[in-house]
Amino acid sequence: MHAILTVFAKEFRENLRERRTLFSALLLGPLLGPLLFAGALSLQIERSAGRADRPVQLALAHAERAPNLAAYLTQSGIEVTPVGFDAAAARQAIQAHRHERVLEVTASFAAHLAAGEPAPLVLYADSSDVASAADTEHVRGVLEQYGSLLARLRMLARGSDPLVLAPVAVQDVDVSTPAGRSVVALGTLSYLVLLTMLMGGMYLAIDATAGERERGSLEPLLTVPARRAHLIYGKILAACAYMSLSLVLTVIAFAVLLRFVGLERFGMSINFGPWVALRLVLYCLPLVPLGAALMTIVAAYTRSYREAQTYLGLVLLVPTLPLVFAGVMGLRPSLLYMAIPSLSQHFLITSLLRDEPVPGTYFAVSVLATLAIGALLVGIAGRLYRREALLG
Amino acid sequence: MIEARGLNKHFGAVRAVHEVSLVARDGRITGLLGPNGAGKSTTLRMLYTVLRPDAGDALIDGHSAVQAPLEAARRLGVLTHGAGIYPNLTARENILYFGALHGLARAEARTRAEALVGLLEMQDFADRRARGFSQGQRLKTALARALIHNPRNLILDEPTNGLDVMAVRALRRLLRQLRDAGHCILFSSHVMHEVAELCDEVVVIAAGTVIGAGTPEEIRARTGTATLEEAFVRLIGAEALA
Repeated sequence: MHAILTVFAKEFRENLRERRTLFSALLLGPLLGPLLFAGALSLQIERSAGRADRPVQLALAHAERAPNLAAYLTQSGIEVTPVGFDAAAARQAIQAHRHERVLEVTASFAAHLAAGEPAPLVLYADSSDVASAADTEHVRGVLEQYGSLLARLRMLARGSDPLVLAPVAVQDVDVSTPAGRSVVALGTLSYLVLLTMLMGGMYLAIDATAGERERGSLEPLLTVPARRAHLIYGKILAACAYMSLSLVLTVIAFAVLLRFVGLERFGMSINFGPWVALRLVLYCLPLVPLGAALMTIVAAYTRSYREAQTYLGLVLLVPTLPLVFAGVMGLRPSLLYMAIPSLSQHFLITSLLRDEPVPGTYFAVSVLATLAIGALLVGIAGRLYRREALLG
Repeated sequence: MIEARGLNKHFGAVRAVHEVSLVARDGRITGLLGPNGAGKSTTLRMLYTVLRPDAGDALIDGHSAVQAPLEAARRLGVLTHGAGIYPNLTARENILYFGALHGLARAEARTRAEALVGLLEMQDFADRRARGFSQGQRLKTALARALIHNPRNLILDEPTNGLDVMAVRALRRLLRQLRDAGHCILFSSHVMHEVAELCDEVVVIAAGTVIGAGTPEEIRARTGTATLEEAFVRLIGAEALA
């Protein structure tokens, strides 16, 4: 026990003096992630808010061929710009970003309309331009409305009830809660928190194993009268301390920065107060020993500092896996999934931010399963230090 | 006293050490002499408990390095090959860290460290971070670290590697001082004159086995040569022919 604490104190102090490591673990990581995240979020909100205030733009080629349509579009609140484009010019105008979309009234439009046949209209738009897609959708909707208006008028003219054309009536009701809607954007938050937490202990884990061996200080360390497992427990403990620090700092950074993001303008309220921040830290803490032991084991197997860095870079991807699975397979929290480290933390964090209640058993299973697997890995790391091949 | 009894060690198919027995007594400097790759480091590593022998045992003041490695380690000071120290700690912190790991009380460790800083003339750099230390400064730090718990027995693996003449002389002086104080000192080297200069006893090792042991005079007499170097060449040559 004494050796564990001695090693812990020494590793903690030594890492504290490693400026670059400290900078990335305790400043850059915890600040940069939340900063970029909050920045991207507020930029997105800013843009969609700006769009909402501005009328939809539409370049209308050969408006003179369909004056009623032009009038209907204007009535519907679309800002129509008359242009004289042909097909090629319309394409070019969109590719050159002079217009977001162009509606071409074809030469035969009037003739087809008069004959009661489908009258061709051509709508040019760039579907890869995500920002303008919603507006193009709006224009299409208005055009469909115009079409069904004409259809109803024709039905009436032929003495039929226009309602036969509307066999079903669909009404959309959005039931997402205000906090739930913002979670779509906040999905990456849990990943950023877990990633930064792991990064906080990464350099210490490397330095305490591969680094120590590379410097030639591992062998002297193994000559002291202490159990080898205790030496590695001390190192893991030190990595845990830095990971916890990173975790707390990251969560604080999120809590502070997300207050500046104007989410409430959209009727979304992320209730990211101190209480939520505290619970977020509590949910992630059980993952700390597991992460520290995993990184220590991987680093202890490598032959050099550089090799350890490469492999640990891959280990950092591990917390992304549950996010990917949860996203692609549409996983919902269940008791079984709560036994999977990192996935269970992701679910707990998401539920917390959605303001959804989490069953106490879910929380308990997450904590116990994560801690148990962590303890197993710590044990494996301890055994690893008894191997002679460790000396390299 | 350090005693090896029939030590054996294989690394895969490679036989590194075969039936090595030797005795290093208190108040004597014993040199483990052999060419590169003879099994010196492997033998020493088994003696200082870092490697487990496949067969045989190592006794440190009667405590088995195999059965009771912690008891053996308590009685040993070790200067490993390369003498790696922590660059972000000062020399004194490096020394105190090992004091703590050896279970010394804080005050006791501080007193011992101060005495060692004086003994090894480390005053100039004792409180500087070890990053950028010269080879000599690193060796002194590692040596002080090995002596912090005042061990009865001292094992040094190629201690003079990379040292300048002045540092080598200082080291010799220190080892003699420790011997005269009754410590048991065992060190390895492939440098002939160093062993001849310093050792009371010599153990010659080649290809993993002991091929000669005794005082330098005894070895010279047995091989019928004028110098230890010639004796060494003859012993190695006999082994190579055998």
